[in-house]
Amino acid sequence: MGTHTAWQALKQRPRRFLASPWPWRSLAYLLCGIVPSGAVAAAVLTLLASRSSKAAPLVLPPVILALLLSGPAMARYEHWRLRLMQVDPAPGPYRRAEGAHRALQVGYGVICTVALWLIDLAVVAASLAVPAGCVIALARSGGAGWGTRAAMLAAAVVALPLAAYPLTAWAGARAALARLILAPREVELGERLVEVTRSRARLADAFELERRRIERDLHDGAQQRLVALTVVLGLARLDLPSDSAAAEQVTAAHEQAKQALTELRELIRGVHPQVLTDRGLAAAVADAAGRSPVSVDVDVALPRRLPGAVEVAAYFAVCEALANLAKHSRATRASVRGRLLDDVLVLEVHDDGMGGADPAAGSGLAGLADRVAVVDGRLLLSSPSGGPTLLRMEIPCRQTAPSG
Amino acid sequence: MQADRPLRIVLAEDSVLLREGLAGLLRRFGHTVVARVGDAPALVAAVEEHDPDIVVTDVRMPPGFSDEGLRAAIALRAGHPALPVLVLSQYVEQTYAAELLDADPRHGRGAGVGYLLKDRVGDVEEFVDAVQRVAAGGTVIDPEVVRQLLGRRRDPIDRLTPREREVLALMAEGWSNAAIARTLVVTEAAVAKHIGSILTKLDLPPATDDHRRVRAVLAYLRA
Repeated sequence: MGTHTAWQALKQRPRRFLASPWPWRSLAYLLCGIVPSGAVAAAVLTLLASRSSKAAPLVLPPVILALLLSGPAMARYEHWRLRLMQVDPAPGPYRRAEGAHRALQVGYGVICTVALWLIDLAVVAASLAVPAGCVIALARSGGAGWGTRAAMLAAAVVALPLAAYPLTAWAGARAALARLILAPREVELGERLVEVTRSRARLADAFELERRRIERDLHDGAQQRLVALTVVLGLARLDLPSDSAAAEQVTAAHEQAKQALTELRELIRGVHPQVLTDRGLAAAVADAAGRSPVSVDVDVALPRRLPGAVEVAAYFAVCEALANLAKHSRATRASVRGRLLDDVLVLEVHDDGMGGADPAAGSGLAGLADRVAVVDGRLLLSSPSGGPTLLRMEIPCRQTAPSG
Repeated sequence: MQADRPLRIVLAEDSVLLREGLAGLLRRFGHTVVARVGDAPALVAAVEEHDPDIVVTDVRMPPGFSDEGLRAAIALRAGHPALPVLVLSQYVEQTYAAELLDADPRHGRGAGVGYLLKDRVGDVEEFVDAVQRVAAGGTVIDPEVVRQLLGRRRDPIDRLTPREREVLALMAEGWSNAAIARTLVVTEAAVAKHIGSILTKLDLPPATDDHRRVRAVLAYLRA
C-alpha cells in the first residue's frame, strides 16, 4: 500500500519491503529483459562461431542491420514490460513519438538489446551469486561438519534478503529511464487535457439536459396547478358578495396565487427558455432584448441552428451581458450583432455607456467568460473609461444536426 | 353573468386539471365547450367535426411538448380563414405571437386572433371578455407581449408623449376606443385625438376599422 515505484518501496522498513511484491517484480522485470536479448546475443555468437573467421565481415553487417531494425520492436517491448514496475497509475498505451524523440525511442530499443541487458545480467548475477553459491555449496557439502553446514545455511539466509536491495534499486532505475524515454510527459498531459475537455463538455450537456427536465416538470406540474388554482379562486370571487370578509380573503389568495405564477414564469425562463429550443438563438436573443430596460437593436442572422450547448451558452451569455450593461454601464442604447463566420459564432454586444468594465471587478464578466469557456469559446472586451463598451464572444461550432 | 351570444368552443389543453377548470369557467359564462382535447391532432379533428365559433388552445402539447398547439393554431388559421383562434401560452415571448399574427391569409382582415399569457385566465371576467372579443373578430394581444414589442422599437416611439404611449399599448393589445377611454378614464373624443396624433407620428394611415388599425399597429411594432 502506498508505494507506486520500486524506489519508494526501498525506503520502507526492511520487513515491510521484503514482504512486498517489489523484490519479485524487480527480478521478473530484469529477467524478462535479459531473456530475449540474451537469446539474440547467443544466436549471433553461435552464427559467428560456426563460420570461419573470414566470413565474419560478411555476416556482421546484416546482424547490425537486424539489430537496428529491431529497435522499434524493442522499444514497444520495453514499454510493455514497464507494467511490472509501474502499478498505479499503469503506463498508458505505447505511442510512436515524432521526430527526434522517435530516434531516441528507437535508439533506446537498440541499446537495450545490445548493452543494457548485460548490465541487467551482471546485477542479477552479482546479487544472487552469494546466496546461490551458499546453497550450492551446502548441497555439495556432504563430508563437512555440522558447524560448517550451519554457517553456510546462515550465510544463505542472510544473503538472500540482502540481494533484494541491489535488484530492486537497479530495476527501479531502469524503469525510471524507460518511463522517461518511452512515455513522455507532454503526450500524457495532452491526452489528459483532451479527456478533461471532453468530460467538461459531457458535464455541460448533462447539466443542460437536467435543466430542460426541470423546466418541463415545473411547466407541466406546478405551473398548470397554479393556473387552475387562480381559475378556481377567480370563480369563487364571482360567487362571494364583494363586501364579505370571505371575499377579502379570497381576493388576497387570488392575488398571491397570481404573483406566485408570475414569479414561477420568470424562474422557468431562467432555467431554460422554451423559445431557444423551439426557434433558436436569433429569436431567443430578440426576445431577451425586448425585455431589457435599455433600448437594444438586435441583428442576429444565422444560416442554421447551432449545436444545443452553443445556443444555450451564447443565449445566457447575451442575457448576462444585457443585464450587466443595464446595471452598470448607464447606457441608453445597445446592440447585439451575431454572425456565423467560418463555423465560428461571433456575437458582439455594444453599448454607448460609460465604459470601464473590468473583468476582475466581479461585475459578472468572469461568470460570462466561464459560460463561454465551457463551449471552448473566448471572450474579448474593449471598455475604455468613458466608453463605449464592446463585448465580443467567439464560439466554435462544428457542423452537427440541429438539436431539439 | 351570461354572454350576449353563447359561443360553441373547442378547447385544447393537455393538463386535465386546467382543461376541466377552463371548461367549467366558460360554461359558467354561458358558453358551450363542444370538444375538449389534449393534443394537436385531436384539436384539428375536433374543428373539422364541430365547426366551432372559436378555438382556445395551449401552445405546448403532446406529442412533442414543444409548440404543437401554436403550429396547429397557425395551420387552422390558414385552412379556416373565418375561424377565430385564441392561443394561451406560458411564454411572454413575442416570437410566438408574431408567428400567429403572420398566419393570416386575408392580411389583416381575417378572423379574430388572440395571444394571451396563461396567467390571464385567473382573471376570469377579463379572460372570458377576451374570448368573446376574439370570437367577434377582434385582436387580443397580451400586455406583456405588447410591452416587449414596444421595447424593440424606440426611435419614433420616443417621440410619443407618455399618454400617447399608453394609448398605443392599449391599441396594440386590441382594445376599442371606448374601452381605452374607460381604462384611462378619459372621453372617447380624447382617445380619438391621441390616436390620430400617434398614427401621424408613426406615419401610419388613418383607419376607421378597429381591427385593421390594431393589426397595422402590431405590424408596425414588429417591423
